[in-house]
Amino acid sequence: MGKVRIGTVWLGGCSGCHMSFLDLDERLIELSQVAEFMSSPITDWKLHTPIKEYQDYPEVDITLVEGAVVNTDNVEVLKIVRERSKILIAFGDCAITGNVPAYRNLFKVEDVLNSVYIEKATHNQHVPSDRVVVPRLLGKVVPISHVVKVDYFLTGCPPSADSIWYTIKCLLENKQPEFSRENYRYG
Amino acid sequence: MSVVTLKIDDIECTGKVGQTILEVAKENNVQIPVLCDLKGLTPVAACRLCLVEVEGLPKLVPACATKIQEGMVVKTNTEKLKNYKRMIVELLFSEGNHICASCVVNGHCELQDLGYMVGMDHVRFDYLWQSFKIDSSHPKFVMDQSKCVKCTRCIRVCDEVEGAHVWDLRGRGINVRVSTGFDEPWGQNKDCTQCGKCVQVCPVGALFDKNATSSEMIKDRSFLQRILEGREAKIWVR
Ligand code: SF4
Ligand code: SF4
Ligand code: FES
Repeated sequence: MGKVRIGTVWLGGCSGCHMSFLDLDERLIELSQVAEFMSSPITDWKLHTPIKEYQDYPEVDITLVEGAVVNTDNVEVLKIVRERSKILIAFGDCAITGNVPAYRNLFKVEDVLNSVYIEKATHNQHVPSDRVVVPRLLGKVVPISHVVKVDYFLTGCPPSADSIWYTIKCLLENKQPEFSRENYRYG
Repeated sequence: MSVVTLKIDDIECTGKVGQTILEVAKENNVQIPVLCDLKGLTPVAACRLCLVEVEGLPKLVPACATKIQEGMVVKTNTEKLKNYKRMIVELLFSEGNHICASCVVNGHCELQDLGYMVGMDHVRFDYLWQSFKIDSSHPKFVMDQSKCVKCTRCIRVCDEVEGAHVWDLRGRGINVRVSTGFDEPWGQNKDCTQCGKCVQVCPVGALFDKNATSSEMIKDRSFLQRILEGREAKIWVR
């Protein structure tokens, strides 16, 4: 059997989930024996204009998606990635609940943009309108499961390396991960 | 003292007249999820997490407020109940702004405990993102309405144990809020003795110590146990 093809994607999150992935430490070596990293922000696949590049997202067995859906790019990327992944995992609390990025749901988008780009800006006060450079914010930050079908939920802010390992191991061994306090944590 | 025999999840149980289904279940190691219930306070059956099926009854009944009866056959964990309980927990999460990562009781929270218990890996409902008030006017404590699950434990402990009755409910339906009299800032309330009992019984991060930060606060309810023991030994009578 060939290697399992894994990809990871980074939407509206702080990259903490990816950092926690690196905390797999020596288990990364074990993982690399059986899995191949096809695409990930922590491999050297640089993205500058996300949508164009994500058109090339490869067909994979498993994708881990970090981050909430906060802007129009996130929606398009997520849809492409879903299509090309056999299994899609919501990776961390932002992807699962909206979490910290969703705090802005308490305010109107215009008020958020005004506050950041005009009221609190010291230079060049204007709200960027060129959506190729800065994608448009959605009215509300939403969990990825509100946009595409999600197969598994890997909770935690960030998920512990042990939770990540447990989930990946289960999937590699064709087992159903079991959601419990022993295997996962909120927050 | 008369004894009652009943069946809970196929276990033959005995209890004393006047005990609730929840108490007898606990004595027999049957775990029923609870949220509003707290030993030492009058049951109000507000959260519905302890609902059970009783053979012959058309409705589900709250185990915390239903007395045992001779020959009762109780089921606590049917597919129907599991489904309802997961829904209740999900609705609680979607109604408030429970961002665990930034909450003072993260890791020591009864709502999180319930989430694990019902296997909630995600919430299927839309989050409401209502705007709530935070009252930090009290010198020692903070009230963050966005985390309140309306269990009314704070109201009951302040009324029944401390005797101050600072809190009560106002509003209806989704707009129900725990409130001081006339909704005045907590810090200006003349009845509050600053005892902290409401803070300690609150199951979530709605009431917390002013100096606590994320994941830091662990609630201490040992005072309730002492009071209960005192009552039992007739040192204190209500
Ligand atoms: S601190 Fe004590 S007196 Fe004040 S509101 Fe809470 S329970 Fe009541
Ligand atoms: S403030 Fe806490 S104790 Fe009071 S009703 Fe809300 S959740 Fe319950
Ligand atoms: S614990 Fe019984 S209704 Fe809340």
